[in-house]
Amino acid sequence: MKDQLLTGVFHLLIIALMAGLYFILPEYHSGVLARVMVLAVYAMGYNILFGYTGLLSLGHALFFATGMYGLGLAMQHLDVTPSIGILCGLGAAVVVSAVIGFLALRTTGVAFMIVTLMFAQAGYLIILWLGEYTRGDEGFVIQQSQRVLNGVDLSQPDNRYFAALILFAISLLLIGWVVRSGFGKTLVAIRENEERARMLGYNVHRHKWLAVIISGVLAGAAGAAYALLFGYVGATFATVQYSIFPLLYVLLGGAGTTIGPLIGTVFMYYLIDLSSQITSAYLLIAGVALILLTLFAPQGLAGELRKRVFRWLP
Amino acid sequence: MAAVTLLSTSGLTKQYAGLTAVNQVDFELPAGQIRALIGPNGAGKSTFVGMLSGRIESSTGQVTFDGKDITKLPAHRRISLGMAYTFQITSIFASLTVHENVALAARRASGRKVPERVKDALTRVNMADRRTHIASDLSYGHQRLLEIAMGLVQSPKLFILDEPTQGLSSSEIDAFVTLIKSIAGATTVLLIEHNMDVVMATADYITVLNFGEVLAEGTPQEIRDSAEVQAAYLGTSHA
Repeated sequence: MKDQLLTGVFHLLIIALMAGLYFILPEYHSGVLARVMVLAVYAMGYNILFGYTGLLSLGHALFFATGMYGLGLAMQHLDVTPSIGILCGLGAAVVVSAVIGFLALRTTGVAFMIVTLMFAQAGYLIILWLGEYTRGDEGFVIQQSQRVLNGVDLSQPDNRYFAALILFAISLLLIGWVVRSGFGKTLVAIRENEERARMLGYNVHRHKWLAVIISGVLAGAAGAAYALLFGYVGATFATVQYSIFPLLYVLLGGAGTTIGPLIGTVFMYYLIDLSSQITSAYLLIAGVALILLTLFAPQGLAGELRKRVFRWLP
Repeated sequence: MAAVTLLSTSGLTKQYAGLTAVNQVDFELPAGQIRALIGPNGAGKSTFVGMLSGRIESSTGQVTFDGKDITKLPAHRRISLGMAYTFQITSIFASLTVHENVALAARRASGRKVPERVKDALTRVNMADRRTHIASDLSYGHQRLLEIAMGLVQSPKLFILDEPTQGLSSSEIDAFVTLIKSIAGATTVLLIEHNMDVVMATADYITVLNFGEVLAEGTPQEIRDSAEVQAAYLGTSHA
């Protein structure tokens, strides 16, 4: 109970900090942060599966793209309102993650990585194959006039920032609650020792499946929000690259910490942003930074903080 | 043996590609008894117990627990019917605290009064003062006791212990014997054990497996005196 309270207060402070930053930062950086918060939600979803349950997926771009296309296609072709579009994106993410989870969880370890990777590739190819509707690699733009949610124009920087913040806040509070619940603690138990968890009477398979669904739906929510806030839907978001991003964000920020995904996303985003201002070989700088972090902070930034200073960090 | 049968098997068999590890075992365990399962290495003890707990799928035969046929149930369902199981090789959540290890076991059994039950179980294995320690920092003996506490906290109907005293010091073994005696009656215990002193001190009744079959069953005294059992262990011919 005390844990729940402490976690809640901590998360509310983070949310307040993110809200405050909007008024302090110049417009360029608040624009970056809006994007970062949406991607952080994606990483937070990934973290539920990777950081808490110990399942390494290489196919999360499929869930991100499912949310994105679920919303995008419905708005583009069925002319639905953004709120219905969001529901379409989330609904599609629930169905796809439930099916993929059911199939992929028949495997473990490296096979799970390969199977999720292959499903995501299949998803990417389907997007290209249905080019008549999806416009393939080129993608399509969601018109500014369509991006009005209950009278709020989401193409405006301030509205966009706070819409991203609301999504981020809901996700963070939800995850804080999940990981402190009995369910979340059981996920950690499965990560730590699956056979022991099973032999304590836990239905390991069902827990993993639910973790895939929660993870997939958060990824889908991020994908839908990305399309709605930034007005573009494209097949790039379904590529392997977008499956690797959340893994990197989570590894850098700290797997199995609630705040790690945000830290990792901010860090990666600015690392690439700043290094590309210095040199065209910015990926080299990013690569070196990644290697250094993996060497000296193997548990990620928030993970190291928890280990060394703040033992209570959720 | 007028008591109610808690667990029984009939014709329980496990074949591994031509090798029969457990062959047609009929076994009955009355509620409340402390039963030791002994036998030389490779006798099929762990395989047999694996089929009881559901970790190993049986080839043929039937397992009945608490009046239900559980032969087809997966392990986690069997555990939730009231079995607890400790592994031959200590299996705990190494990076979690002692408290959380036991709490994970407690919560699955029932969501009520978890902290109190955890404290009680840890007190029974004399580890209440170590509840905030990380499990991997514990000595081997304490890790074994922790795993036993994880079983106790579930208040199981049947507690299966696979070689619990392996690697314990003699004073820890004495404490273990006292502990097992203290849960007798309330809990049925199935104990796989190599240490004959422990077996003789705790068991009400002993089943001896050899080459996957029941070689003998009886009270500790009967087993001690059995020429067949001595032959199986010492490899001497008694004929």
